[in-house]
Amino acid sequence: MRIEVNGESVTTGAASLAALLEEQGHDAASVATALDGAFVPRAARGTAALKDGARVEILAPMQGG
Amino acid sequence: MFYGTELQNRLFLGTAQYPSPQILSEAIAVAGSEVITVSLRREGREGAGFRDILKDAGCRILPNTAGCHSVREAVTTAQMARELFGTAWIKLEVIGHADTLQPDPFALVEAARILCAEGFEVFPYTTEDLILGEKLLEAGCEVLMPWGAPIGSGQGLRNIEGLRSMRAHFPGVPLVIDAGIGAPSQAAQAMEMGFDAVLLNTAVAKALDPVAMARAFSGAVAAGQEAHRAGLMPRRDMAAASTPVFGMAELA
Repeated sequence: MRIEVNGESVTTGAASLAALLEEQGHDAASVATALDGAFVPRAARGTAALKDGARVEILAPMQGG
Repeated sequence: MFYGTELQNRLFLGTAQYPSPQILSEAIAVAGSEVITVSLRREGREGAGFRDILKDAGCRILPNTAGCHSVREAVTTAQMARELFGTAWIKLEVIGHADTLQPDPFALVEAARILCAEGFEVFPYTTEDLILGEKLLEAGCEVLMPWGAPIGSGQGLRNIEGLRSMRAHFPGVPLVIDAGIGAPSQAAQAMEMGFDAVLLNTAVAKALDPVAMARAFSGAVAAGQEAHRAGLMPRRDMAAASTPVFGMAELA
């Protein structure tokens, strides 16, 4: 299926958010995630199912004012 | 006290726009800042390095919701920040206009209410409007962060009388001047007026020598704070001789 990850179109076989992070090689402990505009806590990533067209955000600490 | 936390150093420092990570680290150290602001962005290559800087700095982290224009964006960003940084502190920005970066007061209050109810300790980026300040306190905020001037403008305290009224109106509330400070003298002025802290970024990060400027700001904030504690003399319209007239020789 095709989903959007951080604004880019991605083809994935991952069924859950947790699986997607692993597939993409993210360090699961050092990112925060949102699915379709809603926060998904770390503990809920395994049960957060991805559907075709899902919008995923994977955010990390960055400089800010 | 900022949500139960006592801070000696009252210069909160932003971490963006520095020439290099090394200079950022040095600026934080030289300023002696206990609070630094950070943001959340899409995972990039420099992420890991920045995490190390944050750890080494040993400061309290104040994540922001910079760039958010709606309640939903700001709330989601805050929730993500709480998990990632392990802190309930959030600098709540809900921007009303892309050019002025002025806060949207209505969305700000709504987002603050939601976040306070979820246990966040909200530092709202607000204006000097007194009613807005009251609504934010009603929403559960225990700190207010009025702007000095538009973000990144370096104009200093653009509405001094309004800020003075705000200070007088909220005597027990920690007030932080956030944004618009361009020079150490402006930071000192804010502290002399009785504000509790100053939050700035661009003025240090974009200085020719950011580390030296961090030191200058740190000194200015400390001087202003000390001056406020010491009690400034009242301003007079007329001159008043400081040297006693009594005992003066007749030489004319």
